[in-house]
Amino acid sequence: MAKVLMKGNEAIGEAAIRAGCLNYFAYPITPQSEVAEYLVRRMKEVGGVFLQGESEVAVSYMIFGASAAGARVFTTSSSPGISLMSEGISYIAGAQCPAVFVNIMRGGPGLGGILPSQADYLQATKGMGHGDFRLLVMAPASVQEAVTMVMQAFPLAEKYRNPVMILGDGLIGQMMEPVEFFDDLKTDATNKDTWATNGMDHRGSRQRNLVKSLFLDPEALNQNNLTLKAKYDQMKQEEVRFETYNTDTDYQVLIVSYGTMSRVCRTAIDNMKKEGVEIGMVRPQTLFPFPEKQVLVAAEKKSCKSVASIEMSMGQMIEDIQISVQGKRPVHWYGKCGGDVPTPEEVTEFIHTLL
Amino acid sequence: MGKTFTKPEALSDQITHYCPGCTHGVIHRLVAEVIDELGIRGRTVGIAPVGCAVLAYNYFTFDFQEAAHGRAPAMATGIKRVRPDLMVFTYQGDGDLASIGMGEIIHAANRGEKFTTIFVNNAIYGMTGGQMAPTSMPNQRTTTSPFGRDVDDVGMPIKVAELIAALQTPAYIVRQAVLKPKHIVKAKKAIKQAFQYQMEGRCFSMVELVSTCPTNWGLTPVDAIKWAEDNMLPYYPLGEYKTPEAA
Repeated sequence: MAKVLMKGNEAIGEAAIRAGCLNYFAYPITPQSEVAEYLVRRMKEVGGVFLQGESEVAVSYMIFGASAAGARVFTTSSSPGISLMSEGISYIAGAQCPAVFVNIMRGGPGLGGILPSQADYLQATKGMGHGDFRLLVMAPASVQEAVTMVMQAFPLAEKYRNPVMILGDGLIGQMMEPVEFFDDLKTDATNKDTWATNGMDHRGSRQRNLVKSLFLDPEALNQNNLTLKAKYDQMKQEEVRFETYNTDTDYQVLIVSYGTMSRVCRTAIDNMKKEGVEIGMVRPQTLFPFPEKQVLVAAEKKSCKSVASIEMSMGQMIEDIQISVQGKRPVHWYGKCGGDVPTPEEVTEFIHTLL
Repeated sequence: MGKTFTKPEALSDQITHYCPGCTHGVIHRLVAEVIDELGIRGRTVGIAPVGCAVLAYNYFTFDFQEAAHGRAPAMATGIKRVRPDLMVFTYQGDGDLASIGMGEIIHAANRGEKFTTIFVNNAIYGMTGGQMAPTSMPNQRTTTSPFGRDVDDVGMPIKVAELIAALQTPAYIVRQAVLKPKHIVKAKKAIKQAFQYQMEGRCFSMVELVSTCPTNWGLTPVDAIKWAEDNMLPYYPLGEYKTPEAA
């Protein structure tokens, strides 16, 4: 189909419908309320389910209930709202149900601000709620990529029976860009009769299904956690996604950056090239699993003296980069986290301090 | 002559974890009998709370989900919205529903979500070891009100049926008890009526059941029933607070 010009938040809502997800529960929060405002109309047109919950806490359990009953379901929110949902996300992960959560990040901590930020990196990749679990986290750098990732998220959530998070910053939600919805990304929900509480009659079974995260027996709980770990290990093998930029040159510094920030870095790299300075970049598209091997390989290039984590947060992704680089190159940090996105000039100025 | 008394098909053979004299077993049986009588076992999904009944799913033979503390009405909302054909009920205690889950129950009821809530009110937290609940009686001794519930400090017990019935939308709100056989007969009738309204897609329904907790009250099962009759029933009057017919 032809490209259309859409605001990120609206495109995310449309992408879910195009992916075959007709169930949406949400609670308003800036800067992503347009998703709900868009979907309340669209779900009516397509005969889907739209419900504004009373809180993000409640919404996370509406998602849990609907997913456990076998439905393809998603929600969108922003940082403080995701914190509230993290309780339910832990239960969903523990009970092994698929669901898609979109976080259009704003600044924090606390109420923070309403402008773009990447301050929820650690929360999304390592600390989403209590207990031993991970989310598969994808980070779009454009409205088009947000659309693609949302559409890919549903089959991934079902493949792993695990929540998937789309981690975008406020700019991804608020800016308008041309997008295309690819029909071949539409998928059917996979068969859930083996585990979903969709009614015994519905699946023609005399065997009841039970969805729970309670395992009072220590051995059973350990086993459940081992099952979860095996899924995260499989994600590390099969789901790492990344992009490189200008890495076929003899770059002196390797930038690692994701989302909107990586686009600014791209411009800075182009500008420095004109000055005769080569800088490379690895852009993780999945934050968990993190492209550890790819960052290491790029950092170890002979010409590369150091690595820079450039993020709209106060040094969060740098930890994953340091783990990846294994001390073989110094890793530096540059970032801002008040809501204004660093400019290409600011990035260039910082990179010059590393040369 | 055939059997005159059998175990409902909706009830499992699991040995109970509930304490001697606990009324959860009675309520489980009533729910199971109603599900059998209505022939809905194959399309019913129950939701277990946090609390003693967190293990309720062990005793039923149909699909079950286990919720977080107080969130069962939100989960039921999710199920019912995507699968209106399923029969959905939450089974919640007073700590779960009237304390940590007050927001979820009020809003689910007020939206008129078409599921049924079985609300077991025994005026105390059971599973966590006998702490004060929002429904604990004035001067009632619990592990967190060892000198008796001081209503000047923590307020009067919450009358949940009256509170929900004050909302305009919810249509079938009843309080019964499971103390004496005469109560149990009425309790079953109310549970069946609630499920029937749900089958007809009519309204949110809640049956509050005045119950006992002999272990955490520190009473024998017989004394516990007497205590509930003397102390709870005057404060928590039984009856229909709202019916669709009256509305």
